[in-house]
Amino acid sequence: MANKTYDTPKLDELESGPWPSFVTGLKRLAADKPMIAGVLGQLEQSYTDRKGYWKGGTVGVYGYGGGIIPRFTELKDADGEPQFPEAQEFHTMRFIPPAGMHYSTQTLRDICDMWEKHGSGLIALHGQTGDIMLQGTTADQVQECFDEFNEYGFDLGGAGPAVRTGMSCVGAARCEHSCCNEQKIHRMLINNFLDDMHRPSLPYKFKFKVSGCANDCMNAIERSDFAVIGTWRDAIEVDQSEVQAFVARKGRQYTIDNVITRCPSGALSLTDDDQLEIDNSSCVRCMHCINVMTKALSPGQERGVAILVGGKRTLRIGDLFGSVVVPFLPLRNHEDYERLLEIAQEVVDFFAENALEHERVGEMIERIGLPNFLEAVGLEVDPNMIREPRSISYVRMDDWDEQAEKWHQRQQESAAS
Amino acid sequence: MAEAQTQPRRPIESGTPDPFPHMHPTLRRNFGLWKYHDRPRPGVLHHVSHTGEEVWTVRAGTQRQMDLATIRSLCDIADEYADGYIRFTIRSNAEISVADESKVEPLIKALQQAGFPVGGTGPSVTMISHTQGWLHCDIPATDASGVVKALMDELHEEFINERMPNRVHITTSCCQINCGGQGDIAINIQHTKPPKIQHDQVANICERPSVVARCPVAAIRPAVVNGKPSLEVDESKCVACGACFPPCPPMQINDPEHSKLAIWVGGNHSNARGVPSFHKMVVAGLPNNPPRWPEVAEQVKKILYTYRDNARDYERVGEWIERIGWVRFFEMTGLPFTKHHIENWHGSRAKLNTSAHLRF
Ligand code: HEM
Ligand code: SF4
Ligand code: SF4
Ligand code: SF4
Ligand code: SF4
Repeated sequence: MANKTYDTPKLDELESGPWPSFVTGLKRLAADKPMIAGVLGQLEQSYTDRKGYWKGGTVGVYGYGGGIIPRFTELKDADGEPQFPEAQEFHTMRFIPPAGMHYSTQTLRDICDMWEKHGSGLIALHGQTGDIMLQGTTADQVQECFDEFNEYGFDLGGAGPAVRTGMSCVGAARCEHSCCNEQKIHRMLINNFLDDMHRPSLPYKFKFKVSGCANDCMNAIERSDFAVIGTWRDAIEVDQSEVQAFVARKGRQYTIDNVITRCPSGALSLTDDDQLEIDNSSCVRCMHCINVMTKALSPGQERGVAILVGGKRTLRIGDLFGSVVVPFLPLRNHEDYERLLEIAQEVVDFFAENALEHERVGEMIERIGLPNFLEAVGLEVDPNMIREPRSISYVRMDDWDEQAEKWHQRQQESAAS
Repeated sequence: MAEAQTQPRRPIESGTPDPFPHMHPTLRRNFGLWKYHDRPRPGVLHHVSHTGEEVWTVRAGTQRQMDLATIRSLCDIADEYADGYIRFTIRSNAEISVADESKVEPLIKALQQAGFPVGGTGPSVTMISHTQGWLHCDIPATDASGVVKALMDELHEEFINERMPNRVHITTSCCQINCGGQGDIAINIQHTKPPKIQHDQVANICERPSVVARCPVAAIRPAVVNGKPSLEVDESKCVACGACFPPCPPMQINDPEHSKLAIWVGGNHSNARGVPSFHKMVVAGLPNNPPRWPEVAEQVKKILYTYRDNARDYERVGEWIERIGWVRFFEMTGLPFTKHHIENWHGSRAKLNTSAHLRF
């Protein structure tokens, strides 16, 4: 028997044009999946009324408190019966993809087969926090579906006041700018906090993102509570013959206009014989010159990461960028990675204990001040953490001498090591 | 099934899977060894390793919300040309890598024939990162996949070509929570009226103290309406942010007519040259007009092409505006500048001009 379908004149208009159409995909699914036929009916209603018709609820799997986003239809007729009964339930399961979103087609095909069996067949690759979003199943399918995916090697991601699914850029796998092992950092951080992901009990969400350089392809500084950004501490590597080849190809004026004068810290100059001079102590490691002269320039050899904490979008106090709490952490050996993990643990623990309900870590820092936060998580102050020092004079300074002594001591220690 | 009921299965908390088994062998072998890259044509990245190995990556746009047949067709192509490996970008582009240059053209053809536009590299308009919308979220004022499909149809030529001054990231969001992220151009819906309260439901559904606490401007007070506990909103204070709606759905904020689309510009997450920046509002009051949102597309294209025609190489939208100034931006685009463009939230005075730097 053919499945019931609904007329969708408005959605049909989204089938024309050069971009691939999700409506065409939904219609293909609707042929086998009554749920999707119902979803198309409801979506068409949304397009007509300009209103959404899903409401939340609670659906979960045994042992976990989050990871599934329940959806129930709100479109009921006069008798309280759902207008699109096939789509009465339409829950999403968030699964964590391999770091860097690499897939063997075998795995993708297996995901498709499993989702064909347990769900609607609609998959978002990927959500804005990086999850594979399997969209559309019913409460009575959820446990079985999870069990199958879980045995296969996939775990549910985060939702609610929890550590969320992390993201890392393609990085070392296919990018010459990479200053760290993004995938390793990503997996180490997230997999350490699985309890805080699967059993939501934090004040609010907490996101980790890893970008291998300051290009920040993962939008970590703006969009994560804990951003790890690859960088380097020594000099940019220069191949002067490639610099000369670039100038010969593009011209002196182009090089000056697009490389030299675009350096935000005025660290670059081009000599009369087309050598690039770099004042590395002025360089802010912004990546611009390296992006443009990909053959001639690369990040230095003494590589590591910077950590910025507290990025988020508007809700409550307004947009916040992550701010630097660790300017440089080398990642040479096991101990260094352990240190990164320890910092993350301190930050999450302090957040868990001290943030107000529904407060992000960036808002908490705004409320208590960065010095208190640093002290609480055991990090030292550094001038790289600020754009400029204080201009407001109202502050208690009675431990000034002690604080100055601390600085001198640290300077001596680092000079000695 | 009987077993499952007596002995529930404990989950395997495996977390983030190891990507290495999923990585194209050439990427695996050259992990951390890449030397440089170039772009032989729009949609193709060519990476060269210190080992001498090379890889060509073809980038194709997808509709993000994909049905099984679409994903399987991508798999078929990756199997035929790329030994069965594929990856996805943060903006839902598919990337298929090949180690043999002679496979690039056939791979491009195969993707195009299957309906996937090839592009999105370098100074192009790449796929719009977006949210859930009417298809799945419980609080959206508009759709997401539909807006994006309509816009990408309009911007298709800019996806398959690299003729912008620098890369352009567009985002869309179906409420002011803005899950879609920052963008050189961001299209977000905005509520313009205070919530309409269904008083008879508040007592059943909403935890009143937590709703009161959510309001960023303290506009909500507990109240008794028709003898029942409810809430009231000081409408003169309300900024129509919608924060009260998720914890209290009877405070309906979405409004088919009065929820309007706004366009924001100059968001940029890269640290190249300048520091990262948030997007800023430039246009508001556009109608929420499915299925193709033509009024939005028109304004987006106006901004995009003014940028294309006037910015210098490597300038992102925000950097271009920083150079020419907002006076010139509003002049060049012909967009109205109103009191609503002036920030009046926390820290707003830092955004005012406190110098004699003026442009005429
Ligand atoms: C109430 C229902 C909500 C739903 C259904 C929802 C849905 C989503 C979904 C599906 C994603 C992508 C998730 C993923 O990739 O795993 C997302 C991301 C996001 N959500 Fe929500 N969201 C909700 C509420 C909120 C709230 C209250 C905020 C408040 C700040 C918020 C902020 C964000 C942000 C900023 C992102 C993008 C994060 C990133 O790029 O890292 N969302 N949301
Ligand atoms: S963030 Fe840097 S290392 Fe990572 S993919 Fe982007 S450019 Fe490459
Ligand atoms: S990386 Fe940026 S700051 Fe450093 S020299 Fe290059 S352009 Fe200048
Ligand atoms: S932007 Fe708002 S409506 Fe859209 S998915 Fe995010 S929370 Fe839902
Ligand atoms: S919409 Fe925002 S400002 Fe208005 S009452 Fe609700 S929470 Fe407060």
